[in-house]
Amino acid sequence: MSTNQNILVKLKEAGFRINDKWLVKGVTLQIEKGKIVTLIGPNGSGKSTTAKIALGIYKKIDGEVEKYTNKVGYVPQKISVDWTLPLRVNDFMTLTENLKAEAINEALSLTGVIHLKDKNLGDLSGGEFQRVLLARAISKKPELLVLDEPVQGVDFTGEIALYELIKKISDELNCGILLISHDLHTVMSATDHVVCLNGHVCCSGTPIDVAKNNEYKALFGEQASQILTRYEHRHDHIHTIEGEIKKN
Amino acid sequence: MLDDFFIRALLAGLGVAIVTGPLGCFVIWRRLSYFGDTLAHSALLGVTLAYTMEFNIAFSVFIISSLIALILIQLQKRTNLPGDALLGLLAHSSLAVGLVVIGFLTFIRFDIMGLLFGDILAVTIDDLLIIWVGGPLILLVLKLIWKSLFASTVNYELAEAEGLNPDRAKAIFTILMAGIIAISIKMVGLLLITGMLIIPAAMARNISDSPQKMVVYSIIGGVLSVILGLFSSLEFNTPSGPSIIAAALFLFILSLLNIKQSIKLKN
Repeated sequence: MSTNQNILVKLKEAGFRINDKWLVKGVTLQIEKGKIVTLIGPNGSGKSTTAKIALGIYKKIDGEVEKYTNKVGYVPQKISVDWTLPLRVNDFMTLTENLKAEAINEALSLTGVIHLKDKNLGDLSGGEFQRVLLARAISKKPELLVLDEPVQGVDFTGEIALYELIKKISDELNCGILLISHDLHTVMSATDHVVCLNGHVCCSGTPIDVAKNNEYKALFGEQASQILTRYEHRHDHIHTIEGEIKKN
Repeated sequence: MLDDFFIRALLAGLGVAIVTGPLGCFVIWRRLSYFGDTLAHSALLGVTLAYTMEFNIAFSVFIISSLIALILIQLQKRTNLPGDALLGLLAHSSLAVGLVVIGFLTFIRFDIMGLLFGDILAVTIDDLLIIWVGGPLILLVLKLIWKSLFASTVNYELAEAEGLNPDRAKAIFTILMAGIIAISIKMVGLLLITGMLIIPAAMARNISDSPQKMVVYSIIGGVLSVILGLFSSLEFNTPSGPSIIAAALFLFILSLLNIKQSIKLKN
């Protein structure tokens, strides 16, 4: 097999177990530059585990992981910041890498939370914090971006804007993205490759291939397979961060 | 009025306070106060060992404290006991074993009070040397591992995923904790060293809104406590180690007033 220069991470029959309980097994997938790979599946199907295997957080795994980059941005599914830490958004942005002020401002502006820069992390709402997490992950201009339900708790219009932003980032930075999402509309419209998990890979391929797959239908229901077209958001105005409404 | 021993005490105290400031912040952030306590209790065993083998006290305490930390990590892996029970087990048993060993060493007169509460006024030039070489060394290493240690304090998986090395940072931090206990055991004693780590940092938490500020205020708080404590112990003829901790407590109470005010402002 010829080696592909664009490959960032490659999982071969990868699996992870705690004692004798498999969290996920037999996952084979690869993430390439400029491509978005999405993991879907029910709760407990091993989506976050697969992401953590790809990131190298879990060390004792079955199968193989080959990682070709160290420039990684990660938005974990769960993160709780202790109140004993006095931490402002600005401090949080430079947590794993020192960044110039412009890079911080740019990322915070892109996700629409630049006005929160000097706020304490503990004072943010769930959606605001999620936007900060995303800003932090993209600010270091990573080659690989792993987003574990990046828009949870974000309001409806914000959600669509953030998914558009994620798509834009993947094009502009030419970075590979591993996305975990529950929003099938978005998954089907913005993704290059879908992996449907249920403790193992139940099916994978382009969104259309997966939507036609019988196992997918069994897992998500007949209706879900009809979500093929890009979700069109008809909105004749935009909401600015300050809460103003502007006509398009 | 300022006798030579007093200058030495002051220099020793300041050297310790500058190091306990930043380390104390991590002790609070990572919830390690009982861990610090355990290492400090095990120091008694280190001190007795130093007397028996005629080692340097700081060196021997450092070795024993590091060893206890290692044992703790192993016990955590191999038993199902909760962390605080293991810490209690190690703290009190190493203290007890230390005292039992002292009982056997009838040929040496121990100043138990000095061991428990420190004797900063008996600091020698050698002790000063250990503090002012060891202290900056601890700070330098802490600066080197800062990014990994701090990031993993906020979120372990994030630090691990983005190419930092949290496990190594944690191991090095444990050694630094053993180090600070080793160099300061003679000044503040094994019952009060955790106070020196926690109280100035807790005071700093009340008045800071960023980690950097908390570290700086924690150092300032520690330095002020040493100065205030030592001068008042000279003035009122009180024991010096406890006086320093009492001064730190006084500063902590002052910082509470600051919180009250800022809560009022918010409402």
